[in-house]
Amino acid sequence: MRVGVLAVQGAFEEHEQMLRALGAECFEIRQLSDLSGQMDGLVLPGGESTVMGKLLRELGLFQPLWEKIEGGLPVLATCAGLILLAEKISGEDGRHLGTLPVTVKRNAYGRQLGSFYTEAEMKHIGTVPMHFIRAPYVEKTGDGVEVLSEVDGRIVAVQYKNQLALSFHPEVSGDTSVHRYFLRMCENASAGV
Amino acid sequence: MEKQTERSRYELNKELAQMLKGGVIMDVTTPEQARIAQEAGACAVMALERIPADIRAAGGVSRMSDPAMIRGIQEAVSIPVMAKCRIGHFAEAQILEAIEIDYIDESEVLSPADDVYHIDKTQFKVPFVCGARDLGEALRRIEEGASMIRTKGEPGTGDVIQAVRHMRQMNREIARVRSMREDELFECAKELQVSYELVKYVHENGRLPVVNFAAGGVATPADAALMMQLGAEGVFVGSGIFKSGDPQKRAAAIVKAVTNYKDAKLLAELSANLGEAMVGINEQEIALLMAERGK
Repeated sequence: MRVGVLAVQGAFEEHEQMLRALGAECFEIRQLSDLSGQMDGLVLPGGESTVMGKLLRELGLFQPLWEKIEGGLPVLATCAGLILLAEKISGEDGRHLGTLPVTVKRNAYGRQLGSFYTEAEMKHIGTVPMHFIRAPYVEKTGDGVEVLSEVDGRIVAVQYKNQLALSFHPEVSGDTSVHRYFLRMCENASAGV
Repeated sequence: MEKQTERSRYELNKELAQMLKGGVIMDVTTPEQARIAQEAGACAVMALERIPADIRAAGGVSRMSDPAMIRGIQEAVSIPVMAKCRIGHFAEAQILEAIEIDYIDESEVLSPADDVYHIDKTQFKVPFVCGARDLGEALRRIEEGASMIRTKGEPGTGDVIQAVRHMRQMNREIARVRSMREDELFECAKELQVSYELVKYVHENGRLPVVNFAAGGVATPADAALMMQLGAEGVFVGSGIFKSGDPQKRAAAIVKAVTNYKDAKLLAELSANLGEAMVGINEQEIALLMAERGK
């Protein structure tokens, strides 16, 4: 499996370490020329979504990535990545890729003092450690979106076809189960399942 | 929900710094500047009353900013907002925590409030970033509870030489610790005046246990790329932006330079037609060395 990790800003290295530990090959996406090779999956990491959204556009990455996601490329999006995918950002007019039919609330738990750690069930995976860092959550889901996990009645993990999006950060948790699940998505997609 | 432990709070604070990596943190003095910074692609802003170059020019005692002014900036942007308190001034830090700042910079840019003790940062829930010139300073700050480190550089000068010196010094010492025999680490801990555990971490991992940014004197996209190539995980830009001819353009160019810091062709494009850079002061011309504050 060869997975591209968006590396314009944020905690992309942590995703790469985790995917490599699971035997996947990784490459960083910093500009258009990085997209020329084979790509079986895409990671949109944690970081600042305003920065990533802006750089996606200005570095010419927006359209090609949008087309790949719409074309069925498996995507793992964490925190800021979830905001990049969301069709609507609560209280804002703009959006980024907009391929995931959910409404997401930015900084939903407040500032850094509201950041927290917990463990909760995630459908198809089991109990996973969850690091919420100035995290968003999903306020509303559209048709066909499967809710994978809720914490205190808030939706924190969803899947829609090829898109797996989380409020929290499995990449800093030391637990590889979410990434293993994502790599299975990639394998299934490239096998045409 | 599982009970939050002190430990997990510190981990979450270190992890916020991880989310800032590959980004640019910009000094701003007004909500308007904060918005410009966010639009230009800053991953966080540092709210302060006067940028370091003006602090340097004005002289006198420099203190924590007015909480009302910080609140105005918090309301203006969605990215994290940081603010500075004086070295050792834990009451200022308590005030910043009370207004839910995202990160406190216990900073040598302000006048130190204590010439012996730094703040015991383990007593706070909000994270701290601290400046360091070498590995010993960095690890001492981490021991006190800092969850992010930046080079001190020399703020407000627009001269990158000190940031370069501090980053190289840090890298050199990390390499030295990494190459030590295990039985030499005890003596090294004494030498650096830090715990054996921290030295062992550096020995095993070849890096600081927290994120390390460059700061102090970065004024151009090339400066930012230089610091990233020297191993910085992100960049603070203070006076360099709002003391330049076209802040918006320069800020956006520095952001892109940090993302593609190895692509000289792109850096050439980014460096073109940026207007006037901040004038700057050479290190030989400085009367006040801020980096000497707080060891």
